Amino acid sequence: MSAIQVENFSKEFRVGFQMRRLMAVKDLSFTVEEGEIFGFIGPNGAGKTTTLKALVGLLSPTRGRLLIFDRDVRQAASRQTLGFLPEEPYFYRYLKGREFLDFCGQFFGLPFPFRRRRIEEMLDLVGMKEAADLPLRKYSKGMLQRIGLAQALINDPNLVILDEPMSGLDPVGRSQIRRIILQLKEQGKTVLFSSHILSDVEMICDRVALIVRGELRQLGALSSFTPGQTRRIEIAADRVDVERMRQAGFPAVERDGALFIQVESEDSRDRAIAEVLAQKGRILSVVPQRESLEEVFAREIR
Amino acid sequence: MKIIAIAVNTFREAVRDKILYSLLFFALVMMSLSVILGNLTIGEQIKIIEDFGLGTISLFGVLIAVFVGVGLVYKEIERRTIYTILSKPIPRWVFLLGKYGGLLLTLLVEVSVMAAFFVLLVLYYGVGFDFALLKAIGLIYLELALITAVALFFSAFTTPTLSGLFALGIFVIGHLSSDLKIFGQGAQDPFISGLTSFLYYLLPNLENFNIKGQVVHGIPVPWEFIGWSTLYGLLYITGTLLLTVLVFQRRDFR
Repeated sequence: MSAIQVENFSKEFRVGFQMRRLMAVKDLSFTVEEGEIFGFIGPNGAGKTTTLKALVGLLSPTRGRLLIFDRDVRQAASRQTLGFLPEEPYFYRYLKGREFLDFCGQFFGLPFPFRRRRIEEMLDLVGMKEAADLPLRKYSKGMLQRIGLAQALINDPNLVILDEPMSGLDPVGRSQIRRIILQLKEQGKTVLFSSHILSDVEMICDRVALIVRGELRQLGALSSFTPGQTRRIEIAADRVDVERMRQAGFPAVERDGALFIQVESEDSRDRAIAEVLAQKGRILSVVPQRESLEEVFAREIR
Repeated sequence: MKIIAIAVNTFREAVRDKILYSLLFFALVMMSLSVILGNLTIGEQIKIIEDFGLGTISLFGVLIAVFVGVGLVYKEIERRTIYTILSKPIPRWVFLLGKYGGLLLTLLVEVSVMAAFFVLLVLYYGVGFDFALLKAIGLIYLELALITAVALFFSAFTTPTLSGLFALGIFVIGHLSSDLKIFGQGAQDPFISGLTSFLYYLLPNLENFNIKGQVVHGIPVPWEFIGWSTLYGLLYITGTLLLTVLVFQRRDFR
């Protein structure tokens, strides 16, 4: 059983006075397996949030089918073991943190003693114990994001869907969220989250889907994202002359007394090494550089 | 259980809102003014107090119903709080009925406060207490419940300003709709009489809930009338809520 199955999902919106058609998502299919951390990336307006909203029942698909643990998302019961954090969450301003979590817990039919224990655990997990009795209108953006995460986990869900969980957080807050996501994985939970912050995705995701303009462009483990792409290789050397290397056709820069040469293929790597050795230089290191997610991203959205 | 959670939360939201208290405050001021007005008349003071009091309960009840009811669903969508709720295992109709229940509870408290103040005034200035006054207040409450359902219906798909105007409009027209029927019966043109009777049956006839005049002047109101009015009110509310659920069920939240 997959945690999430999206089959040929399309969503069309009618916009403006003339009800012009706008395809927000086109024929999207992917599955998220149980126990994995799945990253959902793409530029603004690519259809990430639309897809996530359809998964939690806020939007109905124009075409296609969405399943959560084999249950159609149009059934409210599909959300019993689901946790969801909306993008830039807004909650009831007049509720206190603790009241809000209790309110959320009631929708899962959790008995009161369980709820009370769980609320304290969640407050601990997201580090919000001190602010738990303040009304939510006094919370900062980062605090709202944390209490939002706490409400998403209140029912001890098997699947957690987070829309931009790191946005608006400082580096410490982001690393806390990353830690919590990894903890969830250790507990055997499935996490699907969307993000703009590619380094976060790179750090923790098992698999990533990249969507651009409503269409799936890349899907798979990050290492499989760039098969066949020429990788850059960086060679560090010393005791060689920069000018002579440049004359030989190798762009080189000097840094900290060493020389760094970047080449694009294995063939030019060998020639560069030969040139260094011919000059009686010393090779310090040869490091193949994987194309970063950012570069893939930039290439794909062009 | 889930319905109660939403109702309680709605009630809590209304109670923590300051609009409610200012409206309530002015309602009590209005009723107190009726004592002064009653002094200006000879021998009819208690009737003025009763008439004014019931009118105030009805008018301010409607203002509260519209002001609080109309913003209710819209605010949830606008502030995106609805995302958090509807992504829980809760059917949309439960959400709507919970909201409606919370509003009814709020109105019940409001009307009770106003009614308690009203009863005190009547007891202090009048001789004895006519229980028919409570019948009138009961029907006012039913009318408020109906207006609230209408306000909820509009707020499920338009902005608060528009739905506020619509709901107030329905309140005014609802008190005139029996004239509409009489007008239609007198018309020669079958199109006009058809249209007026269509409108008459579509719009609520709120005069069914208005027994203020009879009660103030001591004209007895039979229980039969109250029974039919109650049935009418409940049916109209049920119909309106069903329609609201149908609209809401299909809505996308983006």
